[in-house]
Amino acid sequence: MIAWTLLIIAALTAVGFFVGRARAQVLRNAGAASLHSLPTYHGLLMASMGLVAASVAMLAVTLAAGPGSIVMPAAAALFGAAAIAASHPLITREFRARNRFEYLVKIVLIACSAVAILTTIGIVFSVLFESLAFFQQVSPIEFLFGTHWSPTSTPASFGFIPLLVGTLLITFIAVVVAGPLGLLSAIYMAEYASRRMRGVLKPMLEILAGVPTVVLGFFAALTVAPLIRNTGESFGLAVASESALAAGLVMGMMIVPLISSLADDIINSVPQALRDGSYAMGATKSETIKRVVLPAALPGIVSAFMLAISRAIGETMIVVMAAGLAANLSFNPLAAVTTITVQIATLLVGDQEFDSAKTLSAFALGFVLFCFTLVLNYIALRIVQRYREQYD
Amino acid sequence: MDASTQKTSETTGPRILAARDTKIVASDVNIYYGEKHAIKNLSIHIPDRAVSAFIGPSGCGKSTFLRAINRMNDTIDGCQVTGDILVDGKNIYDRDLDVVQLRARVGMVFQKPNPFPKSIFENVAYGPRIHGIAKSKTDLEEIVVNSLKKASLFEEVKDRLEHPGTGLSGGQQQRLCIARAIAVNPEIILMDEPCSALDPIASAKIEELIDEIRQNYCIIIVTHSMQQAARVSQLTAFFHLGTLVEFGDTDDIFTTPQDKRTQDYITGRFG
Amino acid sequence: MNNMTDKFDKGNAAFIAKRYASERRFKAYGAVALAISVLFLAYVLIDIGLKAWPSFFEHSVVLDIKLDPAKIDASNVMKSDFDLLVKDNVRDMFPNVTSRADRKVLASLFSVGAADDLRTQTAANPGTIGSTVKTRALLADDADLYYKGSLFKIAKAPGKTDLRLTQSGEEFLVTGDVSELAAGEIIRAYVGAYRITSVEAGVAKAEALLTPTTLINTFVAGKYDVLSIATPESARRVDDKAVVWLEALAEKGIIEKHFAWRFFTSGDSREPELAGLRGAIVGSLLTVMMTLALSVPLGIAAAVYLEEFAAKNKWTELIEVNINNLAAVPSIIFGLLGLAVFINFFGLPRSAPLVGGLVLGLLVLPTIIIATRAALKAVPPSIKEAALGVGASHQQAVFHHVLPLAVPGILTGTILGVARALGETAPLLMIGMVAFIVDVPKGFSEAATVLPVQIYLWSDLPEVAFQSRTAAAIIVLLVILFCLNAVAIYLRKRFEKRW
Repeated sequence: MIAWTLLIIAALTAVGFFVGRARAQVLRNAGAASLHSLPTYHGLLMASMGLVAASVAMLAVTLAAGPGSIVMPAAAALFGAAAIAASHPLITREFRARNRFEYLVKIVLIACSAVAILTTIGIVFSVLFESLAFFQQVSPIEFLFGTHWSPTSTPASFGFIPLLVGTLLITFIAVVVAGPLGLLSAIYMAEYASRRMRGVLKPMLEILAGVPTVVLGFFAALTVAPLIRNTGESFGLAVASESALAAGLVMGMMIVPLISSLADDIINSVPQALRDGSYAMGATKSETIKRVVLPAALPGIVSAFMLAISRAIGETMIVVMAAGLAANLSFNPLAAVTTITVQIATLLVGDQEFDSAKTLSAFALGFVLFCFTLVLNYIALRIVQRYREQYD
Repeated sequence: MDASTQKTSETTGPRILAARDTKIVASDVNIYYGEKHAIKNLSIHIPDRAVSAFIGPSGCGKSTFLRAINRMNDTIDGCQVTGDILVDGKNIYDRDLDVVQLRARVGMVFQKPNPFPKSIFENVAYGPRIHGIAKSKTDLEEIVVNSLKKASLFEEVKDRLEHPGTGLSGGQQQRLCIARAIAVNPEIILMDEPCSALDPIASAKIEELIDEIRQNYCIIIVTHSMQQAARVSQLTAFFHLGTLVEFGDTDDIFTTPQDKRTQDYITGRFG
Repeated sequence: MNNMTDKFDKGNAAFIAKRYASERRFKAYGAVALAISVLFLAYVLIDIGLKAWPSFFEHSVVLDIKLDPAKIDASNVMKSDFDLLVKDNVRDMFPNVTSRADRKVLASLFSVGAADDLRTQTAANPGTIGSTVKTRALLADDADLYYKGSLFKIAKAPGKTDLRLTQSGEEFLVTGDVSELAAGEIIRAYVGAYRITSVEAGVAKAEALLTPTTLINTFVAGKYDVLSIATPESARRVDDKAVVWLEALAEKGIIEKHFAWRFFTSGDSREPELAGLRGAIVGSLLTVMMTLALSVPLGIAAAVYLEEFAAKNKWTELIEVNINNLAAVPSIIFGLLGLAVFINFFGLPRSAPLVGGLVLGLLVLPTIIIATRAALKAVPPSIKEAALGVGASHQQAVFHHVLPLAVPGILTGTILGVARALGETAPLLMIGMVAFIVDVPKGFSEAATVLPVQIYLWSDLPEVAFQSRTAAAIIVLLVILFCLNAVAIYLRKRFEKRW
């Protein structure tokens, strides 16, 4: 039914276009005075009328009677044809078809832009709505300050702290790895590398950035984690098979291209005049970088780190595959911890009832995650904005 | 002939050269930017403890040659320098010459003031710090204060040395840059159109400052303004299309130029 | 007079040297950092590539099977019991395997789908019924891994000296130079195999693993093998008897290793040797089509409006901030959105490319908007002004002149967005694309899975063979992404106009 309706709408639109254009052409060929708008626009306008009327009819029928109804194609055809017939007499010499049509186009464009806002509203509302339902079952205090997370046991406990600690632990390891590596790579590429080297190295980092996280998760779980475990055991340490260190290391390598490319942009935007001033004083390149360029680029670099942290916190697949599932409140990188994203994933995979506290807790976690990353991203982007203004 | 003891010149014979030591000697210098031949067969003797002005129309190579003296051209890809430039008798393009030390001896002030985004104190302290000139904290403070005084800036900023250097006015920033250059005790100060971004009052202050300090340094100033050259310098070199046309005492150049091109430029036939 | 050289040289020579040393160190740190990143990438790719390589090949046994017309229903070939034909044929090759348990293990060496090839080829050529045909019978994952050498280490040495075999009751005694033999080792010739139980005083006691039809009493030097396996039988997936049978098949010369086309042509399966990517690839294709259908028109429209027509006021600034923020929201949140709104509220079918495409479309939308805006910004304003100068309306100037010139940039941004969507896993897990989907999806509203989710699901399965298959699926995904990115870079270079 849907396919038929869409076909009818498409046909009506085409018919409207040709009829409208033909009528306008007739008018043009008939008299000496010229039309305001090209025949094409008359055609487009009539086509739009038909399209809009038929689509509205289709939507109305769907809402009223469901998608399988036979009324749908009929209604679309009827209203579409009616709209075309109604707009036929409008086609005159003075009629400003182009303006009307462009007005329609503008409305469509605005609507499309609004989708971005709608998406955000959708996210906020859906996550908030379900979170509130959750907080009606479990008190926010217990959630935010509880230290025991066990949603599947009876009685279930929903203490958020172990997840927070786990997330922060893995994020910390990731940033400790990615920060120096990313920053030093960016400095080398921006200040030391020849153009040819840059041409080779930059794409390599872009390739690393393009590797899907599920691939890195596989690598972390099957290669890195056993490697760390065996190394640790040869030193006599007790290492879990899903250590935070394994997940954190691989996540760090995932973030390196992000920090590197952001830092690269920022370092390149520091004005050459500052570097010249330093070189003219007899400073070496590293002294110039350490004492003049980096301090000047500092706000941008801080912002890059914030975006990297936000990315690490929100990352799912690497931790799902390489980090643990049990909520273990521990600061030990060799232990198995779980993160917010892992819990969201495991709680919602499979069939769920939408009013159980277990399912809803995932939304509460999502809400916390969203707020966290939103704040981080917003601050980071503002810093970059203000920083750009300083030098433009 | 030993260039370091040369007191008279066999070229155009400026009077002032006779009274002072030669600081910089350029012989047959050619500078290329890729294909472009920017400086052609330049030979010049620049004396110490005087202000030499480089004048000429846009794109004639004066800044290019200036930047060759402290080897700032090294930072530009595709720039090639042939010939000799000797400072105190030593060829600065020698392989074993340490560029870092050269630049500590040859200070530079740029067209647009470029103080570092640091405090006023730190701006001036930068040079002494990296070259390890100051032996103690009090030593460093003394150097900074002296440099600011020599640059005629101290009185205006003595209460706010920790404030950012970028918060000063244009003229003050330029004097800060001069103080910064002076702080490492250079022997030569190169100035690339230092007043072109400043208003007349600030420019006047800078010119006054140059006049005060010229007893102690070899100063070369590139300027677009002939009037400034006439006011500030003792020697003037006229550049045209990459060639040194004429070099002599400022008074001579501006009243009795030897070359027709110099005359045309001075009288405004072309700019 | 040379204060040039002596002023700084003497006292500060050491200091300068320190400064230059610091310079060299700093530069080295940067180079090392880059090297680590590049080496990590190489390590990942090589490690996964090596794991993946075996999965592209599979082992089958070439059998000659008589298509007995009595056993095949010519009117309904596909439903005939070809499994039995294959099983019987194998059993005939090993007439001395008699016990039920042993027969079961022998049969288990072959895949559940071992007769599929025979079935399809007979159905295509019904005229062959009655004759003997050659067919390939696919081996099960453990047997396949055995031949690939991935299961355990096995040392095979041809026997150097003659051995004599005598039977005493249930046991067998091996005499001759048994000094090199140890308990647990197997002496095997095509006709029979015996496992040594103990070696003492020049006599080895053995038990029969594979009894020959006629008793042999001599193992001739060079005509038998001595097999020794380090891993104990209890820790192995393939026991000693199975090893002997597999070696026998190999010795017969009927084991064939061939490219595993089935990896690309079949859907998912619980049996590793039958599991393929077709369902996942089709699912990915449908989902990406849906993603593009949503995000490209919306994205371009929104970008055109924001860049060309919107007044610079509070609202448009809000929209811009919004888009930048959305671009950085974790992907799993979009999964939550999809779950709560599309599936729960609108009741759309779970696990369908329709919903997957909607979710990914919203995810990729900010990226496309930002890329399109950048492309529009890069078109010089002089072109728009020229169009306006001849009397075009603002919309005409944008749609007829600016937008076409921005197309290369938009294309590049779209391809990069598609590449991102192809690799996304978390949001699709949320909307249910985790079920075990065997059939290849035919429409947008049928349950499906996508390539990255398939990788995730396979990585969780216990069978050893799935590890290699997961790696192979990863390689397929990476190759697709690499091609996409290469196309994007090529387009960017080709259409990069220098204004």
